[in-house]
Amino acid sequence: MENKKDVCNEIIRRSGVNPRKCMKCGKCSGTCPAYDEMEYHPHQFVYMVETGDIEPLLKSKSIYRCLSCFACIDRCPRGVEPAKIVEAVRLSVIREQGNNHLKADDLPAMLDEDLPQQAIVSAFRKYSK
Amino acid sequence: MKVSYFPGCTLKTKAKDLDVYARKCAEFLGVTLEEIENWQCCGGVFTTSRDEIATKLSSVRALKEAKSKNQPLVSVCSACHNVIKQTNAAIKDDAEFASRVNNYNAPEDAYNGETQVLHYLELLRDVIGFDKIKEKVVNPLTGRKIAAYYGCLLLRPGKVMAMDDVENPTIMEDFIRALGAEPVIYSYRNECCGGYITLESKELAKAKSEKVTSNAKDKGAEAIVTACPLCKYNLQKNGGDMPIVYITELLAEALGIKE
Repeated sequence: MENKKDVCNEIIRRSGVNPRKCMKCGKCSGTCPAYDEMEYHPHQFVYMVETGDIEPLLKSKSIYRCLSCFACIDRCPRGVEPAKIVEAVRLSVIREQGNNHLKADDLPAMLDEDLPQQAIVSAFRKYSK
Repeated sequence: MKVSYFPGCTLKTKAKDLDVYARKCAEFLGVTLEEIENWQCCGGVFTTSRDEIATKLSSVRALKEAKSKNQPLVSVCSACHNVIKQTNAAIKDDAEFASRVNNYNAPEDAYNGETQVLHYLELLRDVIGFDKIKEKVVNPLTGRKIAAYYGCLLLRPGKVMAMDDVENPTIMEDFIRALGAEPVIYSYRNECCGGYITLESKELAKAKSEKVTSNAKDKGAEAIVTACPLCKYNLQKNGGDMPIVYITELLAEALGIKE
């Protein structure tokens, strides 16, 4: 992998987020519906990308817990938009060959007859390339 | 009046009531929904990353088609509407993104965000008018206590969706009132149902959805109304006996055209 600084700069560029705007109030994590299931929370994503502490995030399952609800984007008092950082970190992982988090073969076991197509296409968009 | 219409994958399969009654009610109210030809799935969720181009092209094609007919582009599914509106905003706000999208499609026929993107509820409120709808109601839903569920995608991000106050919305409550029912206000109406996490973590989807339905029930709701097939699925799977209905079903019932 490229060096940590390059990875972080790429994440910042791709997300369009300026992590230095964050005043660490924690409101994003406080409003996150997946908070209890995350090892690293939205405010930590912002801080860790800013400081170059990227490896724990790339290895963490927390990147697959974001529900794309945009609550942290709307409720951040500084307009940091943490979900965009979470997404950019996840893309750094799943864009690498063989790193898809959801594979088509996994799908049959997850289906039931009421499940809307929307759930499947959304999950593929977030978890796979 | 005619508008362009993007139904989306789920409205053709698991959520036919959302599609069929959207068309019937609009027609009844004087607006024809003209389905975009050869539309492609929106992908379900918007990818916020600026270098994600291909995943947004289906939205751009639909937007271009509507532009060529000089019509607004309407969708009913909260997810389709969210993806298309966010893509349109990204084209307007980010010149680099717009140029890359246009290079993919047809640079000589560039799209620069000209199409107006409307959710079906906006069509009802801003084009047709809730007051006009109220006049056409033949079966007022008098005495019914109905809770609006906005979820995430209808309102957020607020500055892009620009449909209503993102934390204190009224569009669905006004809609419910126009049909003669009584809206129930509850705190979880714009909190997440769990969305696609239901594939990986039934527990998390259950925890999120149960909060919504139990909160609505505590406030006296006898049914919840939504515009999103995935919200409906999650709330129905996890929400006990609370009936979950689509906005279009409720509208058709009040207009006397429900089968």
